Amino acid sequence: MNKLLLCNEAVAQAAIDAGVSGMYAYPGTPSTEIMEYFISSEEAAKKNIHRQWSSNEKTAVEAAIGMSYAGKRAMVAMKHVGLNVAADAFMNVAVTGVNGGLIVVVADDPSMHSSQNEQDSRFYARFANIPCYEPSNQQEAYDMVFDAFELSEKYRLPVLMRLVTRLAHSRAPIKFKTDKNHQKNITLPDDPMQYILLPANARKRNKILIENYEMVRFDNRLSKFNSFEDGKERRMGVIATGVAYNYLKENISSSENSCPILKISAYPFPKDIVLGIFSRCEEVIVLEDGYPFLEESLRGLLDNGRKIYGRMDGTVPRDGELNPNIVARALGISSNNYTPVPSVVKPRPPQFCKGCSHIDMYLALNEAMRQYGNGRVFADIGCYTLGALPPYKSISSTVDMGASITMAIGAADAGLVPSVAVIGDSTFTHSGMTGLLDAVIKKSPITVIISDNSTTAMTGGQKSQATGMLDKICLGLGVEPEHMRVIAPLPKHHEENVGILREEIAYNGVSVIISRRECIQTAKRKRR
Amino acid sequence: MYSNGKKKKEMKKDIILSGVGGQGILTITSVIGLAAMKSGLRLKQSEVHGMSQRGGDVQSHLRISDGTIFSDLIPMGECDIIISVEPMEALRYIPWLSKNGWVITNAVPFENISGYPPISDIISELEKIDNHIIIDAGEVASRINSPLSGNIVVLGAASPYLEVVSSSSLEDAIRLFFSTKGEDIVEKNILAFNEGKRISEAIIRSKK
Repeated sequence: MNKLLLCNEAVAQAAIDAGVSGMYAYPGTPSTEIMEYFISSEEAAKKNIHRQWSSNEKTAVEAAIGMSYAGKRAMVAMKHVGLNVAADAFMNVAVTGVNGGLIVVVADDPSMHSSQNEQDSRFYARFANIPCYEPSNQQEAYDMVFDAFELSEKYRLPVLMRLVTRLAHSRAPIKFKTDKNHQKNITLPDDPMQYILLPANARKRNKILIENYEMVRFDNRLSKFNSFEDGKERRMGVIATGVAYNYLKENISSSENSCPILKISAYPFPKDIVLGIFSRCEEVIVLEDGYPFLEESLRGLLDNGRKIYGRMDGTVPRDGELNPNIVARALGISSNNYTPVPSVVKPRPPQFCKGCSHIDMYLALNEAMRQYGNGRVFADIGCYTLGALPPYKSISSTVDMGASITMAIGAADAGLVPSVAVIGDSTFTHSGMTGLLDAVIKKSPITVIISDNSTTAMTGGQKSQATGMLDKICLGLGVEPEHMRVIAPLPKHHEENVGILREEIAYNGVSVIISRRECIQTAKRKRR
Repeated sequence: MYSNGKKKKEMKKDIILSGVGGQGILTITSVIGLAAMKSGLRLKQSEVHGMSQRGGDVQSHLRISDGTIFSDLIPMGECDIIISVEPMEALRYIPWLSKNGWVITNAVPFENISGYPPISDIISELEKIDNHIIIDAGEVASRINSPLSGNIVVLGAASPYLEVVSSSSLEDAIRLFFSTKGEDIVEKNILAFNEGKRISEAIIRSKK
């Protein structure tokens, strides 16, 4: 059957077809639609596949490890920076190895369309000594999931699948496999010590991991996704990874002017395939959507061998995502002439929706903070980050999930009193609670505003983990009840809200203000 | 070093759909995509999700062909049609438009930024493009009592230029896409589509 699916959805459907028993994730662009597909899939419901959002990427990976421990197949999905949050679990499950197949899908965001950095997750796979799939198109991603589960189970290794924004968010018709796998039954690991990473055992497991990493590169389930196409024009060969292969073929698709092409979509691979293209060609150009991951390893530290072109010598721009035109320029192909954007066109950055609760929160906060001057409000990651833009210009930082509270603590430690944190409800339960505990224990003179719109709004309104429980959580973490205030961010309450904010900002201790009003988008959807 | 030896495909349309987050760009992209798939064509449909959907500029690259499509993104200078639900957003993607390409756009500005240029400046830029259709989709949508169907009116206006997918297959796709929202919504969108198409065809006739 053919169905038009986003690559993210194709990966999800593949996991369902491959007999996955548990799907775990925290929303994050460009990975969100993987879990969303599971949640809306009738087939997943009928098969009783576990599919619920987790509090953060670390809890998601750990739950997936537990599912795999019990012998069943598990998938976990996140955006690239989410893997930083999950890194502890991720690095260690490489050492324990898996029981049921385990795939960690990570969607990178080259050019940072919706992210804070453009880290390349292939380094994480290498770091952890585990295989990495980097599909170039939607069908390949679908097909890879089956091989990835089998490979994972054969070598008892977790497997990383790296997507990039342009692929994750592109639709194509997908041909589904007809022979679907059943879910596995519970089987505990053969070796009862496998998951116990006491140093003596961890040292044993680590040797097994290193051996497996060397062996796995010869396995067809991995190596079949790397391919060599010979060509007549042999002066220069091209190595293209993942979606870079598409941009290459967009430019060189006829056979008359073809050059030798090595397509890499799976790591690690045997040295022979790289030697093959270097033996045919005097020079090689490396095209990768992300860091110069492969290019750097081909050059080596000494960089005194064959001529290699890529991001490191400026043939391809050092950062940002690739596209067909950048690749054409790198190959020396003249592009079509094109008309520049007329000067009448103005930038249109994203902004708060009309009627958004964050607007009223920031208007009140700006007024309450006026007497202290700028530079004291630390924000976090979500729609409310848009408070950085005019006319609000309310915030001074956005670093990583949860950093608002902990940066406010540090700034207050340095003497910047008062310091204020602005964090959303979903970000708070993702990574803010531990920071708030620090503040309570240290009696930091900070004010934490939880801008509670009762959803994970930025990524499209997924369930926020602790809707309705935030007050109890804050009190449970030790916030003094008289300094736990709830306000309704509406224009009619503006004066009252400014007053409450002023009182709590002046308090020399931890105060929490929950600014609570439902996301305007969620409210609209409910009305429909 | 390499010559661009790409063969011009027999059946190929590279389309950019543009507008502002929330204007229903992904809806019309999906409708054309569905129609192309039902017509047995290959396609790739690159979308923008995430932060830009909050009132920012949003575009979608839709590539339809009877041959293999490699890149999810349309190369600059190769887009056959820009379909825009907002006039300034149509101009944002001019670098992608091919020499003989068409721009079909809504005339109604979506002014959510300060310093939005005078609409007359935007229209006169649009009129510099050889092949353009500018349609007041807002007026049409309210006239047929379906104010949310402006995007479908623009799709209707673009339909004579899509060529690789027929109007009837687009209508089928609209029925399929809106089927869960009830018969009334389906019929209003079909009407919006046909009104857009009718006006666009009238513009073509008047130009001849």
